[in-house]
Formats: sequence, structure tokens, C-alpha cells
Amino acid sequence: MTLELINVSKRVGADQHIYPTDLKLEPGGINILLGTTLSGKTTLMQMMAGLDPLTTGSLRFNGQDVTRTPVQKRNVSMVYQQFINYPNFSVFENIASPLRVAGIGEDEIKRRVGEMAELMKLTPMLDRRPSELSGGQQQRTAMARALVKDADLVLLDEPLANLDFKLREELRDELPRLFADRNCVVVYATTEPVEALLFGGHTATLHEGRVTQFGPTGEVYRKPRDLVSAEVFSEPPINHADVMKAGDQIRLSDGTSWTASGIAAGLGDGAYKLGLRPHHVTPKPSGQQSVEVQGEVLVTELSGSESVIHFKLGGKTWVSQSHGIHPVEVGAREVLYADVSEAFYFDASGTRITG
Amino acid sequence: MNKIENQKAWFFVLPVLLLVAFNAIVPLMTVVNYSVQETFGDNTFFWAGVMWFEDVLHSERFHAALGRQMLFTFSILAIEIPLGVAIALTMPRKGFWVPVCLVLMALPLLIPYNVVGAMWNIFALPDIGLLGRSLNALGFDYNFTRQPGDAWFTLILMDVWHWTSLVVLLAYAGLVSIPDAYYQAAKIDGAKPFAIFRYIQLPKMKRVLTIAVLLRFMDSFMIYTEPFVLTGGGPGNSTTLLSIDLVKIALGQFDLGPAAAMSLIYFLIILLMSWVFYTVMMRNEAQ
Repeated sequence: MTLELINVSKRVGADQHIYPTDLKLEPGGINILLGTTLSGKTTLMQMMAGLDPLTTGSLRFNGQDVTRTPVQKRNVSMVYQQFINYPNFSVFENIASPLRVAGIGEDEIKRRVGEMAELMKLTPMLDRRPSELSGGQQQRTAMARALVKDADLVLLDEPLANLDFKLREELRDELPRLFADRNCVVVYATTEPVEALLFGGHTATLHEGRVTQFGPTGEVYRKPRDLVSAEVFSEPPINHADVMKAGDQIRLSDGTSWTASGIAAGLGDGAYKLGLRPHHVTPKPSGQQSVEVQGEVLVTELSGSESVIHFKLGGKTWVSQSHGIHPVEVGAREVLYADVSEAFYFDASGTRITG
Repeated sequence: MNKIENQKAWFFVLPVLLLVAFNAIVPLMTVVNYSVQETFGDNTFFWAGVMWFEDVLHSERFHAALGRQMLFTFSILAIEIPLGVAIALTMPRKGFWVPVCLVLMALPLLIPYNVVGAMWNIFALPDIGLLGRSLNALGFDYNFTRQPGDAWFTLILMDVWHWTSLVVLLAYAGLVSIPDAYYQAAKIDGAKPFAIFRYIQLPKMKRVLTIAVLLRFMDSFMIYTEPFVLTGGGPGNSTTLLSIDLVKIALGQFDLGPAAAMSLIYFLIILLMSWVFYTVMMRNEAQ
């Protein structure tokens, strides 16, 4: 069971919503669409579902062309950011609704809804209306409805975005388990890199209507193809700087320099872009090649176990993220340590140099 | 917990209290005052107790007017609510035509009541009015100033023309507030258009429709200007609704006591029925 997008694009009037895209999505593991708001995640999902016609390209499911198959014949289910349930149906009837449309017998419906309610921890609420449930329960009802019918393609469009923090954590843990032994293609759209990392599977990074990279989640995170993919898949945002390579030295615009090693050693002289994730910039030296950087502290965020320091470096705002509490004063000039052995180097077009 | 005592805050409520007193409480109390007294002129009043209330409640004339009022109100509700919803469903949700439709819909609401009455009066005249003349030309014996049935037909048609827009606008507001995702979810389920209406649109419109029913109920129950200008309550008493009858008693016959008692009963009926409507429609919500 695979879903293939072949040269799929979407244009509305003069606006290109999705640039031509090829993707091959497989069952087993969640396929994540990661991108900011308006990057095209929802559009892409709706095209996968058949809710939104394609401008160009085709869709194949198990090798069969389904581009023109209407959505109700595709065995698709979808969960939305808003909690979408039938307002005047009980939870039971809501979960049962796709089975009723499919004309399944009453006993079978009871059994499957019961099982699904058990799995989703909704058994005590089966007689209630959606309006009498908490947000988390409403969304679980919507998910139960999407899962009960054994769809071939399950689309989850930021399903946790409208939930409060605690519930989000809870459902985040439950989600991968729900799909673990199902033979269906699962697509999950999110704006949060953390969710992608938690779910594993495969990730496609989206930026302004383009899929910039697609692959196993860990690989996309560790080996971004270009600067844009690295930016999409980094929270707090990845630090970048313009650097000059001259001889064996790499120099930042503020004069900080260090001896090139690893990939950087192989670079020819010239200008490059450097990207470094915030957790490689720390108040104490760490990693293989710590370089001292100095800057004026702009903002500090201290949570119970983590310090995030925003500071100015060579005209850009950099972020340092580290464990523990490191109180620094806003406005002060601080010395921090960048582990440049973890840095990515990009050429002028933004493509990462892989050496 | 210590509650902070700050009695000065009451001064902020004072202006509103004065305003409400002058435009609602004082006039209402004047009416209450009249309703329990009898006068023989000369500005001298005698205590009459609940006499006027008994009179009004036992009066055939009041019963007849109330009956006509009920018939009118329930007829226009039965037409305007479904018609309004139907029109709202056919209106475009986005694009160039949305503002055009909205303005067209709002137009009847912007016309003063007496102008609506006068317009329809002329429009329906059997000899020179477009509607009256056309109906007669088509072979119908139509004359709203002579035949009670025709008067009712014109009255209801006028109210439907004037006020269906309000229901349309409210229902439309309810419809456009339904997120697209609901329709998509229904599409994925393979729901038919009627199922979408019955299980998504109607439940989602319920609150605004409750408001629409309440507003139309109260407004139509109190309607005065339009039927007064259109038919003046005639022919005979056939379109004499409660408010028209009330004005006849109060200003025509200058029977202050009965008119005041009738006003209060009239007011209590509206209050009671609005409460019943609201409770019934909202109780389903809670279930």
C-alpha cells in the first residue's frame, strides 16, 4: 500500500500554492509534513485526499491512478485542527457514522465502535454530545471516527494544534501507538519540529509550496539538504551567519575566526553560509571544537531546566539553548561557545555542502 | 479572602438607571397606574382593582384580536423561517456576488415601516396597483380593501417581503461561520446534500435561528404601522391585530383603564411566549 504523488502541483489564479512535487508515501510509520503556516501542508493533504483537484500531475494508490476518483470512493479519513464532529450526534453515533454510510450491520458497528472507544478512552462518554466533552475528548472522538473505518489513507492536519499543552503531550504519546499495527498510509501535518522528531517515520519539509526535502525523519534533521530545510526543521530557529574561508581559517563578519576542520577543511576560499543549531551554542565550552563568540544579550528565557539566550552576533540574532540555568543579564556582553564541528555549510544558492 | 468594599462604584450605574427609569420604568408604572383606576374625566380617578383586567380577559373583542394576532404571527413565522433558510442556503459563500446579494437582501430592512405600508397599499390597489391590477387581469377577483381573505394575503405577503431578509441574513451568518472542514469531513463520509443540511448546517445554525424566531415573533406580535397603513384593520375588523385594537381603545375611545390593562396583558403575553420559545429551543441544546 503506497501513495505516490507524481508531478503534483496546485495553482489558483496567479498564485502557485504547490510547486510540482513528487512524493512516495508508505505505510508503517507516520509521514510528516513539516512547515510553517501557509507553507502548503493543508493544500497538499487535501490534494492527497481528493478534496482539492490537482492543477497538474497524478496520484497513484497501490500503482493505480486515483487522480479522478471522488473522495468518498477512496477510503480516506481525515482529522482536522478544529474538532470536527456531528454536533447533534452522540459520541457513539459520531464514531459509528462512517460505518453507517458503509452499510455495516448493527452488531458489527457496536463491536467496532466499542473497541475504538476503548482504545481512545471514550467508553464513559459514548452517550454524550460533542459539546459536552473537553477539547481533548472531542478530538479523540474525531480521531476515533477517522480510524474506525480502516481507511487506506489517514490524513491528520495539525490535530493537536488547538489542544492545551498537557493534552497535546498525552495524545502525542498515544498517536504512534494507534497507527503501529495498521496497514495504512498515515500523513501528519505539523508546524512543530519536536512532533516530527517524536513520531519518527518520514518527514517532508515544506516551504512556500515546495517540498524541500523528504526522507527518514532523523536523516532530514541531521542532514538537511539546504538552508531552507534546516530552517524549517529547527526550533528554536537555526543560527546562521555569513562566513569567509581564507586559507585554513574561517571568519565571521565580526572578526571571530577559527581553524577549519572536517567538512569545512575541504572548502575552497570564498563566501559561505553557516548554520548551527541553537543547542550547539552554549554558555560553557562543549563538543569537539568550541569557538568563543561574543555578543550583546537581547532576550533570555529561563525555564525550569533549560536556558535560551538570544544575542547579537555580527548583525544577526543568534540563539543559544542549553540545559540548566544560566542567568545572564539582558544588555550585557556575554561570551558563549559555539561548537563549530556541528556546523552546516551552505553555498551561495543555499545547498548544503556535503564534502 | 478579603472583599474590597467600594460603594462609590454604584455612581457609575446611576446614569443608566436614570435612563432606564425615564424610558421604561416610569412609563410602565404610569400604565400600571391607569390599569387599576377608573376615571369619569376632570382628572379625578377612582380605585378599580382588577376590574379592567377581568373585563379585557373576558372580552370577545380581545379574544378575536388575539386570535388574529396569533394567526398572523404563526403564518409569517411558518413562511419566513423556512424561506429565509432556503434563500441563505442558495446564496454564494465567496466571490463577487456576496456583497451584491447581501445589499439586495438588506434593502427591504432599510425602508421605514410606514413607507412599506404605503408602498404595498398602492402596489396592491386593484385598479391602479401593479399587483392588484395584474391579479385581476389574470382572472382573480382580488380586492384587499373589500375581501378579508385578500387583505390577509396582502398583509402576510407584505410582511414576508419586508422581513424574510432578516432571517436570511441571520441564517447566512450562521452558515458562513461553519468551517470548511465540516463540509470536507462530510464529503469524505460520502454524505448526501440533505444529510449535510440536516446534520451539519441545521444544528450549526440553531443558535442564530433561535434568535431569528424570537426577533420575528416579538416584532410581528407588536406590528402596528404596516397593517395600519395598508388596511387600517379592515375590511371590517378582519385585520385588526392586537396593537391596532389597542390604539383604537386607547386613543379612539380614550378608555384609559381598559387600554392600560390590555397593554399589560399584551406585554405579559409577549414576555411569556418569548420565554417559552427560548426555553424550548435551548432545552434541546442542553440535551
